[in-house]
Formats: sequence, structure tokens, C-alpha cells
Amino acid sequence: MKYQVNEKGYYGEFGGAWIPEMMYTNIDELKRRYLEIIESDDFRNEFNQLLKDYVGRPSPLYFARRLSEHYGSKIYLKREDLNHTGSHKLNNTIGQILLAQKLGKTRIIAETGAGQHGVATATVCALKGIKCVVYMGALDVSRQAPNVKKMKMLGAEVIPVYSGNKTLKDATNEAMRDWIANPVDTHYIIGSVVGPHPYPDMVARFQSVISAEMKKQLLEQTGSELPTRVLACVGGGSNAAGAFYHFLDEEKVELIGVEAAGKGIHTTETAATLTVGSPGVLHSSKTMLMQNDDGQITEPYSISAGLDYPGIGPLHAHLHKTGRAKFLAATDEEVLQSVLLLTQKEGIIPALESAHALAALEKIEMKPDDVNVVNLSGSGNKDMETYLNYFGY
Amino acid sequence: MKNRINQLFEKKKKNIFSVYFTAGFPNLNDTVKIIQQLEKNGVDLIEIGIPFSDPTADGPTIQKSSEIALKNGMSLNLLFEQLKEIRQSVSIPLVLMGYFNPVYQFGVNNFCKRCNEIGIDGTILPDLPLDEFEAEYKSTFEENNLHNILLITPQTSEERIRQIDEASTGFIYMVSSSGTTGAGKKVEDFQKDYFERIKNMNLKNPSVIGFGISDNATFANACKYANGAIIGSAFVSSLKSEFKLEDSISEFVKKILSSD
Ligand SMILES: Cc1ncc(COP(=O)(O)O)c(C=O)c1O
Repeated sequence: MKYQVNEKGYYGEFGGAWIPEMMYTNIDELKRRYLEIIESDDFRNEFNQLLKDYVGRPSPLYFARRLSEHYGSKIYLKREDLNHTGSHKLNNTIGQILLAQKLGKTRIIAETGAGQHGVATATVCALKGIKCVVYMGALDVSRQAPNVKKMKMLGAEVIPVYSGNKTLKDATNEAMRDWIANPVDTHYIIGSVVGPHPYPDMVARFQSVISAEMKKQLLEQTGSELPTRVLACVGGGSNAAGAFYHFLDEEKVELIGVEAAGKGIHTTETAATLTVGSPGVLHSSKTMLMQNDDGQITEPYSISAGLDYPGIGPLHAHLHKTGRAKFLAATDEEVLQSVLLLTQKEGIIPALESAHALAALEKIEMKPDDVNVVNLSGSGNKDMETYLNYFGY
Repeated sequence: MKNRINQLFEKKKKNIFSVYFTAGFPNLNDTVKIIQQLEKNGVDLIEIGIPFSDPTADGPTIQKSSEIALKNGMSLNLLFEQLKEIRQSVSIPLVLMGYFNPVYQFGVNNFCKRCNEIGIDGTILPDLPLDEFEAEYKSTFEENNLHNILLITPQTSEERIRQIDEASTGFIYMVSSSGTTGAGKKVEDFQKDYFERIKNMNLKNPSVIGFGISDNATFANACKYANGAIIGSAFVSSLKSEFKLEDSISEFVKKILSSD
């Protein structure tokens, strides 16, 4: 339990609920009720049923033979890309929509970067017949166009955000403003393990199904439920939190998070928060941030819209600080090479975000008998335009 | 010296007129002039906004002014530099309003000390919640004769309001609306209920209403229920770099205080 949130919402020195009073009533209600609700039989039955019949869980743990040969070590892929809507994001939105219903909320808002969380939110809102508004940076609206169309077709209203860099951070600001203006009927479905307590813990719990399944599948396939290491990309950190969750206290399992280096960690065009950041408060959480000396948040950059965020979930800031997990960063260039490698070795086109985790395989030492599990958080369908432009097919 | 905020509320019980502006907007070096002109025209209390890159509790006008102020080069260091001699010309209470991160990076201790040296009387830091403030920073604020002003909203429970009243020292900032109406009620009715409810609680601290106060009618209405009101966005919008500050400020203040 060393890496669990404490009752004040902290992971070590990181986390908390740095909320303006305008959000107090909503956050206080969530804080008081989330555990009781998500641990109730009622909730668990419906959650598990939907994960199975609607999301399509368990997602396969696939032994990637040709990729393993390439690296000379055993590589397994946790296929979150095969979930309904093409990423891990639906695990969380299913959980939160059920919670919102229990809280009597009738309107849902969300922020989105790559559009995967937006689509996952619009999907569960369609499933439950609840009104849905998604905030998305104007730059992301243009670089993730297919997802924008999907959200609209699902009945959501997509509001482009023109402030700042017009990416995920700005969409999050706008979603928070909406919640402040609509505190009574609205639930804010945050898409990652970020934001005020209890969101980081709540989202991690919903995503923890990933590592719960991994353990069972590893036991069946390798004879041990513990791998040598788990690798996952980190934007806010929800797929990584889910992939690490049940291994956190198994100290001999190596945990590796991979951030987006963008054009390189020594350039200003990066989103590698843990590498270049320092502690601060953003989006109601005390965590590691990309900022200048004056405490202004600096604009991140990554080719991958889902990792283009100047903060990181407080759990990961804590895992970094304590050394429980190791965090690496992969550049746009390295990531695109990994996309092509997986595509041509295994016939799987990964999301740009997920390919950051794959790119880390180039950077670590692996022994032949090591069991490496890469969390393949999403499918590359949404990124086809970027791939076609880059690779020139 | 007794805190100027307490002096003000002892002397004046009604129609306290408070104005917010963003430091560094419209031009980087307007800060001192804006403060002087506001005092000269009869404003009772000023909130000086420290611009932040991600002002999540602010609407479009203050987002825009903050963005421009930062582009102009405003920083907390520079703001303190500009305000260094403000007490030679200005005597009304001054409050710094902003988000916590710039203050945190400056160092809360240093920040409070600088405020005290300069003669700042209070702060409004919306994303510094009460429990964090009390656990970590309260004594530092007290040592520096600095009030940390807390907010209440239409959703704040009675129990929480009592707790905030207990913890408050200068005044309570009543956020006027959340943009949402109660079941089947019009905004005005909902707001009236809220204002009356708070008034009837007989809080020990004075209160000032802010958010959405934009003209003399909304100002006068707010003053019926509280000791005064704060105007932010409407004032910021009235500042244009092509107008002479003296003229636009005196015109703005006159309009708010006019009785028609
Ligand atoms: C496929 C995929 N992976 C990862 C992420 C990053 O989010 P997180 O770090 O919360 O898993 C996103 C975000 O949009 C995504 O779409």
C-alpha cells in the first residue's frame, strides 16, 4: 500500500485538491462518495458486465514473436487497442458514467487531446442517453479530425478551444470553467489520472483492470504472474497507472513510463514533464510541471496529441521521486520508427501515444528470458493521416 | 499598523466599491497609474491581478488581459518592483489576486514578506484551498499582517460558510452566481435567495459581492445585500491602450457610482 493515495489525496508530496471554492461542493461530494459507490455490488456488477460485453474485455495479452526475435527478449503486448473505441480510455469513462448516474448528474463534460477520451466519453453518453460536451484544443481538432467527426456522430457537442497552444492543457482549462459555471447538473469526466483528488485515484482504479488481467494472463502464458518489466506511455498517466497498479507493491517488477520528448528533451519543443519539469500546482493538483521561473506554465510539444500536456498525474510524480518507476522519453522521430517496426513485424498499427512505450525497447537492456509487457494503449486508426504523410505511402 | 482592510470596513459599512484589474494590461507599466487613478476617483479597495498562464476560474476578458500582460512581460518580480513605492502616493487597501503557482514558485514566505514591506493588505488566491492554507501558510500570512480572503459561492453549504467565516479575517468574497439556476427559477430570483440567505446568516466578517457586477444597476443591487461589490471584467474591458487612462478610469467609476 506504499504507493496508494492517503486520505488527504496525496501520493507522498504530490496530489491534493487545489480547487477554487467554486468546485468545492462537487469535489467534496466525489471525495466522500466515490469509494462507497465504486465498491458497491450494484456498481461492480454493472461495471464488470459492461467491461466484458461492451468494451470487449479481457483484452488479449499477445506474445509478439517477431518483435521478440528482433529485440532478443520476450515481448508481450497488452492489447488495449482492441477495446471498443480503440483505446484504454473507455475503461475509465464506463466507470465514471456509472458514477455520474449514481450522483444524479444529467450532463457530462470532458476534455480531450487525441480525441480518444472524447470519443470514449461521447460513447458512454450515447450508451446512457446523457448529454455530452467535449472541449478540444483547436490544434487537436485539426490534427485528430476523424475523432472529432466520431464524437459528433455519437451526439456530442465538440467545442474547439482557442486559448494558449490550443491543445490538451487549454481544453482542460475550459472544461474546468464549464464545471465552475454548471456545478449542479454536470459531472466532469477527466480523462487521465490528473486533476484534484479523488480523480487520480478514481481513474487509476478504473484503469487497474489492465494489470489485474495482465497478472492472470501472464500466469497462464508464462507460469508466473509477475513479468520482468512493464512499459507504458505517459501523458497524464492513466494507461500507465492501470498497467502498473497491481505491480506497484511487487518491487522486483520494473516499471517504465515513457514520456514524449517531442523534438528532444534539450529543445523547448518537448512534453517530457518529469525530465524538464519542477513541482507546482496546475489543474488543481500539486505535481511536476513544465514551467518558467515565474511559475507560468510553458507550452508543451509532441507529435502525439494525447501526450502533449505540461503536467503529469501525481502518482507518477511520486513514483519518479521515490524511484519506484523509471521514466524515459522518446522523440517524435524514434516513435515513428517504432510505429513502422510494429506495423511490419506484427501487423499491428499502434497509436502514436502507445508507440512511445515501444520506442523505449530501443533504450533499455533486456535479457533473453526477460518478460517485457508493453501496454499498447491504443490503435493507430486515428493517426493514419500523420503516418501517411510521414511515411509517404 | 492596523491592516487597511479592517480600517476600511470599520469606517465604511455600505457601498464599498472595489475594482479588479490585471497588472501589466493594457501596457506593462500602467500598474501604478491605474491604482492612483482608481483611488483618486473614489474607489475604496483595489484587487491587483497577478497574471497567470492558466486562469481556470476566470472568464474570457480576464483570460485575454492576462495573456496580454504576460506577453507584455509582467511577472511577480516585476510587479513587486513596480509597487515598491506605492504607499507614498496611495492609502486605500490593496489586495493581490492570482493563482497559487506563481506565488508558490516565488516562495510563499518571500511573497508574504514582500507584500508586507510594500504595504499590501491581503491576497485572494482562489486555488489555494482553506485546508492547505490553514495547515501550511496561515502563520506566515499573520506574521506579515496579510489577510487571505476566502470565497463562498451559491453552492457553499451553510456549515462550510460558517467554517469560512470563522477562518476569515478581512472580508468574505461572495461569488455572485454560478451561471446555473435552481430548479425552475430565474437567475435573478436564485441570486436574490442566495444573497438574502447569506445576509440572514449574520456573518461576523463583512462581505463583498463579485463576479458579474458590470454596471451601476448590478453594483447597487449587490450593495443592498453586502457591504460592497467588486467589478473586474467590466473594468478591464473599459481599458484600451488607445484611450487615455485618466479619462477612461474617471468615466468608468462615475458611471458605476451614478444613481440613475
Ligand atoms: C492511445 C492513447 N494512449 C495514451 C494516451 C495518454 O493518456 P494517459 O497517459 O492518461 O494514458 C492517450 C490520450 O489521448 C491515448 O489516446
